[in-house]
This record gives sequence, C-alpha cells and structure tokens, in this order.
Amino acid sequence: MTTPNVSANLDVAPQPDEQARRAGFALGLPPRAALLPRSGWIALIAFVIAMGICVPIAALVLPESSTFHLSAYSMTLVGKLMCYAIGALALDLVWGYCGILSLGHALFFALGGYAMGMYLMRSIGREGNYQSDLPDFMVFLDWHKLPWYWQGTEHLWYALLLVILVPGILAWVFGFFTFRSRVKGVYLSIITQAMTFAAMLLFYRNETGFGGNNGFTDFKRIAGFPITSASTRTVLFLMTLGVLILAFIAARAIVTSKLGRVVTGVRDGEARLMFLGYSPLAYKLFIWTVSAILCGIAGALYVPQVGIINPNEMSPGNSIEMAIWVAVGGRGTLIGPIIGAFAVNGAKSFFTANFPEYWLFFLGLIFTLVPLLLPNGIMGLIDIALRKKKAGGHSH
Amino acid sequence: MTDSMLRLARRGLCAMLIACMPLVAFAALTADDLAPLAADDFDAKSAAVDKLIANADAPSIAVLNALSDGSLVATDAGRVLIQTDDGNKDPLTNKIVEAPDAQPVTLNNLLRSKVSGAVSGLQLASPDIATRRAAIDELLKNADPSIKPLVDKARAKETDPTLKKRLDTLWATTALHDTDANKRLEAVQLVAARHDLDMNELLRPIVAKNADGTFNEPDERVRAAAQTGIEELNSIQRRGEIVGTIFAGLSLGSVLLLAALGLAITYGLIGVINMAHGEFLMIGAYATYVVQNLVQHYAPGAFNWYPLFAVPVSFAAAAVVGIVLERLVLKHLYGRPLETLLTTFGISLILIQATRTIFGAQNVQVTNPSWMSGGVSIMQNLILPYNRLTILGFSLVVVLLAWVVLTKTRLGLFVRAVTQNRRMAACVGVKTSRVDSYAFAFGAGIAGLGGCALSQIGNIGPDLGQSYIIDSFMTVVLGGVGQLAGTVIGGFGLGLVSKTIEPFWGAVLAKIAVLVLIVLFIQKRPQGMFALKGRSAEV
Repeated sequence: MTTPNVSANLDVAPQPDEQARRAGFALGLPPRAALLPRSGWIALIAFVIAMGICVPIAALVLPESSTFHLSAYSMTLVGKLMCYAIGALALDLVWGYCGILSLGHALFFALGGYAMGMYLMRSIGREGNYQSDLPDFMVFLDWHKLPWYWQGTEHLWYALLLVILVPGILAWVFGFFTFRSRVKGVYLSIITQAMTFAAMLLFYRNETGFGGNNGFTDFKRIAGFPITSASTRTVLFLMTLGVLILAFIAARAIVTSKLGRVVTGVRDGEARLMFLGYSPLAYKLFIWTVSAILCGIAGALYVPQVGIINPNEMSPGNSIEMAIWVAVGGRGTLIGPIIGAFAVNGAKSFFTANFPEYWLFFLGLIFTLVPLLLPNGIMGLIDIALRKKKAGGHSH
Repeated sequence: MTDSMLRLARRGLCAMLIACMPLVAFAALTADDLAPLAADDFDAKSAAVDKLIANADAPSIAVLNALSDGSLVATDAGRVLIQTDDGNKDPLTNKIVEAPDAQPVTLNNLLRSKVSGAVSGLQLASPDIATRRAAIDELLKNADPSIKPLVDKARAKETDPTLKKRLDTLWATTALHDTDANKRLEAVQLVAARHDLDMNELLRPIVAKNADGTFNEPDERVRAAAQTGIEELNSIQRRGEIVGTIFAGLSLGSVLLLAALGLAITYGLIGVINMAHGEFLMIGAYATYVVQNLVQHYAPGAFNWYPLFAVPVSFAAAAVVGIVLERLVLKHLYGRPLETLLTTFGISLILIQATRTIFGAQNVQVTNPSWMSGGVSIMQNLILPYNRLTILGFSLVVVLLAWVVLTKTRLGLFVRAVTQNRRMAACVGVKTSRVDSYAFAFGAGIAGLGGCALSQIGNIGPDLGQSYIIDSFMTVVLGGVGQLAGTVIGGFGLGLVSKTIEPFWGAVLAKIAVLVLIVLFIQKRPQGMFALKGRSAEV
C-alpha cells in the first residue's frame, strides 16, 4: 500500500522534527481500525478451511441422491451470487467510501466477462458449428480473419491481463476526465450511466466483433479442462470464494489505510479537503480504478460459471441494481454489500421462480423503501440491535 | 368484326385506337411469330413481344393486351389463343377454337413490365389527349427501349406543345442506346434537363466503364453530357439531403426538448435527477391512448380533434402522478440526491410494471388524426411529415407556456427564487416545500405533454420512457440547469448534431460520439452552456 506524502504541501514553515510532525498529524485522528478483529480472523480462517473441505466433498464425493449433495445448479447459483458480491464490494468502495455513485459498474463487470469470454471462445477451437478456427459468429458474419483486438486471446494469461487492463484503463481515462472537471453527485452518476448505455449499444452491433446481441456462449473448456464437468465447476467455485475473501481483505486494507481515510474525507467534505492542500483527483482515480478492476475480475469469474455473456449484462438497469445491493446491505461497511448482493439476488431467484410478474414491483419497492426507511441497510439494523443489547446489558 | 372490336374494347383498349392503327408497312402477324410465346424460353418470348410492338397491327395489339391482363393461353402444340367469354379465340383469324389443353402463358417480371409498357405505348397514339398524357406519365416512370418505335411514331404526330415536350423526354429515355451518337447526345441532354432524381439510374451506366476498362459509351461528348447531368442531379440530391438532415435534427430536437424541459425544471429546483421522469412521458402517452379510445367510442365524429382533449388530459395525468410522488416519497429525501436517484429509479420500475399489468406488455397504437397524416413534399427527395411538423410547433408552444409560467406568474417567481437560493427564499417567506410540489407537478405535466406528442410519431409501450431518460439528461447537461434557453438550445443542438453524424457513422456510433462530445464539453463548461451566475452556481 502506498501512502502518498501529501501532507508535505501543508508545511510552509521549515520542516519540523519528523517525530513531532507525525505526532501532530495523528493528533486529531481516532486510532486506526484493525484490519479484522482477532475473532474475525479466526472465523474467516475456519470458514475457508470448512468450505475448502466441504464443498469438494459435497459436490464430487457424495452421490446425487444424498441430501448434502451440491448440485451443479445450486453451485452455479451460489457462484454467481459470489461474483455479484465481489461487484457489490467494488461498488461499495467508490460509493460507500468515496461518495461516487457509479451507475456504470455493470459495464466494468461485463468488460471483464467479455475479456474472459474471448479466451473461452477461442478455446472452443474447431469444435464449433462451422468447424472453423474463428468463433462461430465471425464465420456467420463472413469474416475471414480475426480482428486485431482478438489477437493473442487464445492465451489464458493474456485474457487475464485484459480482464484487469480493459476495465482499469477505461475507468482511469473516464475518471480522469470527469473527476478533473469536478463532475460529481448525480451529474456523475448519470454520465456513468450514459457511458454504460453507449457501450451496450456498441456491443449490440455485430460489426463491433463481440457476437452482437447473442454475445458469447457454448463454451467447451477452460485451461484444457471441460468447462461443465463437476470438478471444473468446483474449482471455479472455490476460486470465486477465494477471490471474494481476498477482495474483502484488500478492500478492508485500503479503507483502513491512511489513503482510505483521505478517500473518506473526499466523500465527507471534498472542498474542505482541498483547502487542506489535498488534490482529490489522485485519490478518487485510485479508488475508482481499483473498484473497476475488481468488478472486471468478478465478471471474469462469472462468465465461465454461467456460461454466457451478452450485452444485456451491461444494461443501465443492471448497474442500478448493483447499487441497490449495496444500499440494502448498508454502504460503507464492505460486509454489508456482500450480504445485500446475496439477499437481493436470493429474493430475485425466489420471485422469478414463483411470482415472476411481481418481481419488478418488489424490486421497485426495495428501491423506494430502503433509502426512506433503512438508510444504513441491513448493517444499520444489526448495528442498532447490537447497540440496544449493549445498552440493555449496562442497565442490568 | 364489330363483335370482336367490342371485345377488344372491353379488354381496356380504346376502340378508336384500332381505327387509327397504321394499315400498311408491316408484315402481317403469322403463327410463327406467336409460337415462341407458347414455349418456355423467356428470351424468345421477349423477342416475340418486341416483334408484336414493332408490328402494332390489330392482332398484335390484341395479343399484347391479352398478355397484359393474363388472358393469353397456349396449347401444347404451340398455338397461341386469347381467352374470351365465348371460348378461346385465335388472334389471327378471330375464330373461336376448341383447345381443351390450353394453359396460360407465363411471364417473368421483366417481360411483364415490358408488356405493360407496350400497352401504354400503344395508347400514345390515342386521339384522346387525357389518355395520351396518362400514357406518357406511365411510361416516364419506367420506359423500356423496346417501345421506341411507338414513341418515335407518336413524337412525329403529337401536336400539343406540353405533351410534345414530355414526349421528347420520353423519347430521350428510350433513345439513350440509339446507334446514332448525335441522337444519343440529344437524348442525354434531354434526360439531364429533366432534373428528376430517378434519371440518375439512366445516366450512370453511360459514364461507367466495362470490365475491360473501356467505356460503355464510345462517344466522348455523350459521356461529358451525361457526367454534367449526373453532377447536377447530385447537387439537387445533396441539397435535399441537407435540408432533410436539418429537419430531422430539428424534429429530434423538439422531441428531446419536450422530454427534457420538465427535467430541467425539477433538476434545477431540487437538484435531483428524477429517474422516473421518462415514465411521465409514458403516462402522457398512455393518457393520449385512453383519450383516443374514449373519443373513438363515444364521439367518433370528433375523432379528428381528439388531440385537443388529449393534451390537457396527458398534462393532468402526469402532473397528478408527479405531485403524489413528490408528497409521498421525494419530500422525505431532500438533501440526499444519490438516494433520491435510486428511489426514483425504483418508482420508475413500479410504474412500468403497473402499466404492463394494466395495459399489457404489448405496444399500443395511437392513430394520427387525418390532418396529421401525410406530409408536404418540398423537394423531390424530401417529404416533411405533418405529424413531425406539428410536434415541432407544439414543442415551441410548450416552451412558450413554460416561459410564461416561469417568468410572468407568482409561482414562477417563487420557483426561480428557490432554484437560485433555497434558504434565502425560505427566509423571505416563500413556502419552499409547496413550491417544490407545484414545480414538480408542473415539470411532470410538461413531460406528459411530451408523451402526448411522442404518441403521434411512434409506438407506445411500457418501456417508452426508459429510452428518453439519458437523452433528456444530456440535453439538460448541455443546456445548463434551470435555464429554459439552455434547454431549448441543448435540445435542438443535440438533435442536429446527432442527425448530422448519423448518415456517416450510423445511429449507434452517432450516439456514442455525442456522448463523448458531451463529456469533453463539460470539461470546458461543467455547468452547461448557460450557467447560473454567482453564489448559487456552486451548490
């Protein structure tokens, strides 16, 4: 973690004693929170070990008749939810800690997915419908060679590089121009939404070279392993879980660092921070780009598990839904968005299976009522409950 | 003889035509001439038709007419007969013949147009001036070189000066491939002088090169004349396209303006992007649909004037939904713009789903009143539809209305005061919360009017509003917040720019380009073109 030496700007007088300066600087700040409390670490490690043992057994060893067998359907579902949770975590970094409500995170998610999808398409090889080296949709469009941006995508390492670079660079460039002109608030939100919308239109075109509205599907294998086999699914599932946990720890490390505090300062009083001599641009860009990359990674894990990626994934509605996961869970808490992603998408699975026509009403109600009645989301509720308990304990 | 002539007349050919047919000069029609028509070879059929046209005697004309109305039949033995009410008649002898195995003669599209051209060509010789004029008009649309002999003949005889001029043009289109270079030159010049865009098709082959690099047309003068003609036509076409693009841009701009005007007011006032704004458009459009159905049901006579009822109803419907929304939800979220954004999005989901439940997921159709359908043709390649013209005018009226309300009424004064400085306005006694409600209702109502206008140019579906929210926000961004003039210029500017880029890059890339332009634009002017000045600028 880098700690930019921004405080140097403050010192007009000759450089005071380093020790004293640090002490003075730390004076007004509350003590830095631990990355995780000790009990948290223990629980986390226990959870990881338990999952690492139980999931492979439940998915691969137990017979299908067993109640504890983990079916391909439920594993895909939970894997998908974990990808969403990573995305929600990424959005919480910018919204919860930096006050930037992005309505374009679905774009970064989809871009990561598309980068991964390109590799998966290439690894189909000649087993497609047209038995060509080119992906089927290109044969269908009567293209005879790969476009330049498809070069090299047959290598997994290169695709993984794209997963990080494409959302990262796009976010950086977009962020640079918008943050520099101090676009913020709802203005920024809508512009991110417009960016997503434009990208979706672009990806819907066949000429763009990403399969038009069908996108990519019918994948066969990943890194040489058949993509639908139970063992591949299990590995992908565990990898997603690993990434989710690592992402959580990394995000926690960022927000508890000195840099994270400046970012929070941007959220709470950007103008004040600027008067103190900070330039918010670099902080905003950093957190924004990290968030986009994290979202891209989530998308890259999503595609091989779900088996399809198409431009619908970057529709503006999807981006806004991501925001509601964060809002439901409680923004600025990191753990809340993960809970929110699971809760809202769990509800979605339930509704679309049982009362499909009421899902939009329900979603609309969540959107309307959560900000009105539960401004801090589920985590806020838990917080209130804990505080009450504490207060109750004292009175006894 | 009289009998057969009457039958011919019944087949659509003027009986007088026969009388003035040339009686000499051509070899009489023989069975051998007709035999190819019974065969399957279309090239031979075409040659046979050419011969019939060249002959142009009574039996030939009878055969051509029969071909044109599909009553020509052929026996297996290759005998060609005309089907009549009395039985199959031999065109050569005018006798009824028993032919049980006769099958209709088939034509392909090429031959069919040739035959119909020939029938019109024969009418060129009609003594009736109206028939001749109709025939020339018909042939000018699609002249086949095979009718040249008929045109030549008619040209020599025509006395009416206007018709003679048109015949010259007609002759020119058929004479473009004459063997005499001088005639070709004259023909090209006549064709080019028509300034008719369809003539491009005739001129272009003349300057084209063959596969081996030689010109189609050997004579240089003819080529030069054709080239000049093509360039003239192109400039006419370009002029039409430019005017067309400007009109399309203004038309799109007027729609954007109607969609964005209400948004600009509410955004300027409460600093909140109302994501449900698009749904107010939808409500307005559905209100129009309902009014249309009611009028059609209870007062069909007044159907043409249903927009008069639809306009106030759509305003009221959207305004009522707007005020309910503001009182129930948004009021409690002031000062939390990002949450308001999410909430209004949720409301838009609920409104969309509710509409789906009430009206069904299918698009519904609103019929234009008759005075709004059709258009005025101001150039050869440019028709301005009345409905788009009406909307353009309507949007200007709405802007005027908004201007009057905002600048000439007490409410408008309060709205402007609250937009500029909410706290100060409250200090001097403006009931800001009530002003918010009224202004929100007013903005929603204007969106409802926009929906009413949209219903006249497109389908209405529950998703109608979704496609407008981003565009209308871009209009507001471009124009600046809370500024009527800014919204007007933003709307028309955006429309014109999109429509100018569209022909080159297509609609999707144009949209993306516009977006990039806007992001670059706000680098320079983050507050839009017409920024509020003073302290209120930094909120």
